[in-house]
Amino acid sequence: MQSRLPILLFALVMAAIPFVPGMPPFWIVLLDNIGLAALVAMGLVLLTGVGGLTSFGQAAFVGFGAYTTAVLSTSYGLSPWLTLPLSLVVSGSLAVLLGLVTVRLSGHYLPLGTLAWGLGLFYLFSKLEFLGRNDGISAIPPLSIGAYKMLSPGSIYYAIWVAVILSALLTMNLLDSRTGRAIRALRRGHVAAEAFGVHTPRAKLLVFIHAAVLAGLSGWLYAHLQRAVNPTPFGAQAGIEYLFIAVVGGAGYVWGGVLGAAIVVVLKEVLQSYLPLLLPGSGQVETIVFGIMLVALLQLAPGGVWPWLMSFLPERTGGRKPDTSLKLEQRTRAPGEASVLLQVEKARKQFGGVIAVNNVSFDVQAREIVALIGPNGAGKSTTFNLITGVLSATSGSISVLGKKLDNAPPQEIVKLGISRTFQHVKLVPDMTVLENVAIGAHLRGHSGPIASMLRLDRADEAKLLAEAARQIERVGLADQMHQLAGSLSLGQQRIVEIARALCVDPMLLLLDEPAAGLRHMEKQQLARLLRDLRDGGMSVLLVEHDMGFVMNLADRIVVLDFGTKIAEGTPATIKTNPEVIKAYLGVAA
Amino acid sequence: MNTTIMLFLVQDGITNGAIYALLGLALVLVFAVTRVILIPQGEFVTYGALTYASLAAGQMPGTAKLALALGIGAFAFDLFAARKALHGRLILRSVLTNIVLPGIVLALTVYFAAQKPPVAICIVLSLVIVAMIGLYLYRVAFQPLAHTSVLVLLIASVGVHLALQGLGLLFFGAEGQRGPAVLSGSFTAGALRFTGQSITVYGITIAFIVGLWLFFGLTLYGKALRATAVNRLGARLAGIRTTLSGQIAFLLASVIGALSGIMIVPITTLYYDSGFLIGLKGFVAAIIGGLVSYPLTAVAALFVGIVEAFSSFYASNYKEVIVFMLLIPVLLLRSLAAPAVEEEKD
Repeated sequence: MQSRLPILLFALVMAAIPFVPGMPPFWIVLLDNIGLAALVAMGLVLLTGVGGLTSFGQAAFVGFGAYTTAVLSTSYGLSPWLTLPLSLVVSGSLAVLLGLVTVRLSGHYLPLGTLAWGLGLFYLFSKLEFLGRNDGISAIPPLSIGAYKMLSPGSIYYAIWVAVILSALLTMNLLDSRTGRAIRALRRGHVAAEAFGVHTPRAKLLVFIHAAVLAGLSGWLYAHLQRAVNPTPFGAQAGIEYLFIAVVGGAGYVWGGVLGAAIVVVLKEVLQSYLPLLLPGSGQVETIVFGIMLVALLQLAPGGVWPWLMSFLPERTGGRKPDTSLKLEQRTRAPGEASVLLQVEKARKQFGGVIAVNNVSFDVQAREIVALIGPNGAGKSTTFNLITGVLSATSGSISVLGKKLDNAPPQEIVKLGISRTFQHVKLVPDMTVLENVAIGAHLRGHSGPIASMLRLDRADEAKLLAEAARQIERVGLADQMHQLAGSLSLGQQRIVEIARALCVDPMLLLLDEPAAGLRHMEKQQLARLLRDLRDGGMSVLLVEHDMGFVMNLADRIVVLDFGTKIAEGTPATIKTNPEVIKAYLGVAA
Repeated sequence: MNTTIMLFLVQDGITNGAIYALLGLALVLVFAVTRVILIPQGEFVTYGALTYASLAAGQMPGTAKLALALGIGAFAFDLFAARKALHGRLILRSVLTNIVLPGIVLALTVYFAAQKPPVAICIVLSLVIVAMIGLYLYRVAFQPLAHTSVLVLLIASVGVHLALQGLGLLFFGAEGQRGPAVLSGSFTAGALRFTGQSITVYGITIAFIVGLWLFFGLTLYGKALRATAVNRLGARLAGIRTTLSGQIAFLLASVIGALSGIMIVPITTLYYDSGFLIGLKGFVAAIIGGLVSYPLTAVAALFVGIVEAFSSFYASNYKEVIVFMLLIPVLLLRSLAAPAVEEEKD
């Protein structure tokens, strides 16, 4: 994302197009329409492709933008430039309202929910008196600068494409930032993101608003291009079409939205003007062909056209290595030896009739490696989830440095300096190792979305990336820093998770089966790393099945079986404990 | 308001609600088994209704030809998919189900259309035609995408909807049609008048809900469908042909859609594009039912029908607004009650 050159070239080409001699005016109209659709599609890229939130309702936000300026500039005579911020604010604040209701929905409820309110709003547009009902509002004043009125499609062309290119830049800046990483992590479920302090409902709402504001901008431009609005272009069909544009172009890519808009707008135009010549006399043939082509396209390239095109370009190798001399603020650690860091007292978790964790008590001291072992289903991962706030305990208490957690959410627990890895790796496969690890430092950065869009976050960002790079080097994956996380072996992905957890600057590190999938040498490296961390003042609580690994590493071992603690002690005493042997090997009848 | 109007509205709402319930059930079924959010469900409704109305009026419906064309397409897809291991039985089976069957139905349709057939024959023919369209549609449009995300399937579903709606205009024209009542006659109970048609609607809806319940609870195919819905890969490993499950789901959905259409068209004039909105109201019911529960969907559909009836009486301008905005509080409740831990998906 660093290279600005292609964008500059693109901007120059777009700026030059109207000056090409003999350019048919109709093509400019098409380009105007492409730009308008691209703005909406770009928002959808962020919302659907990147954030994983499918919305059919974007057309309604275009409608909000268009109607706001239509009403204000006709009935109240406001200047279009004054209505621009108002249009954006109206779309944005309605997005907050609708978003608060909708973004919490998961899976397929969300698209259906957006479809429903998209339709509802469409009918509202066509029934409200002050919006002109089905006839809409006409005689909207054109945009003007001084005495120059943008009356022709050719004159508003620049306004549209400046908006498109600026929005693309801002959107790409946003994605390439602290907030952007949080957004990109949304699609992979929220457990991992929340474990590092990302407030996922807020992040979802943010992309929702961003998409709505872009749609509102498109609506504002539309109103001043057409100089009239009516409900038709803001209905469910249009909402579906915008989503279609994003998917055709490549839903994960900002420029995919622009490309998709170009493909769909041109295709529709071609179908509308040439099909009747081929098949005269028939009604909606272009809709039929359009629908069929859509299905065919998805069968041939389900990922969209943009990534398919990009795969022909030579692969860009590596990014710049961050300047690791930059330092983030460190957590102030309580001095002193052997204080109790984590205290679990009679923690209990019931799922219906199943008692997954049954009144388990244990503690972790400062500078100590404690292993939690037990057969499958013993309740180890559930205990982890209780400590990290993913699950709330049925009863009992868990405290950190004497402070009770009281079922605080994961975002709060990580602030106390407890970070974790997951039994089933939860990385974002299409982000680089560096970006994945930087999510761990989320709470240690401060730049918000606006600062990120305007690139005011670079100093903050450089420090975050430096910290991430430092932790990647520490775990020994410096060579893989710029590879996509999904391309690493499972064992390496587990190590990436450890680096990400280290980015929190934790006091206590919770590792869920860190050695699974590692080779012998890698396990030894991991053990060495964990001892170093302990010696550096960190405590480690780990779940592990590899007994050789555990016995050599842990200072103390807690054994669970069927949710109950059956033993606790040093490796030597655990090895000979008859209860433990019975749990693992069964007992001779 | 007086009691008569209220009773009348409730009755009207229940009749419409019963239809939405059927459509909601079909949507739940298809989504659970194939992960396709079936937007073309509405087209099954209009195709069923307008095929029935055309046949009853002695006109030749274009849908029969579409079924044959899609069948040929499905045959081509079958051949292409099996190109590495072609053998006679496979080809024969494909030819029989995809070409011979719609061919025979087309011939029958041509034969009967010329002589204004009785209602029963119209119903059977339109059901068979739409059922075949549903079946082949799955083969041609959705089976090749079975492995992709819900979003891609959804967009494909939109594509199919657009194509079918365009074809609907081509086949039936822009004029609305009405069909003859399935069951004529009526009786009155107190202030209410029950037509044979509305009794048919109730009867068929109840029969379908019970039938689906029995099918999924007791039969092996039903259980296989449920297994596919829960875990596609697991079902395949257990020897269930997931494509067969998908075909059955689409077959049922198209039959249900067509049947709903046939039941509505004597009551309301239907146009080639009426299905979309009717289908969406089924959606609203299905979402309220959480896309998983059949009984809840049925109850929700009745509720949607009644709300619609009352709002068209009191605020007819805002009828659609009210029905679709109904979802917002439901979604709000659902999101508050949503489970805390959600496993990641791709």
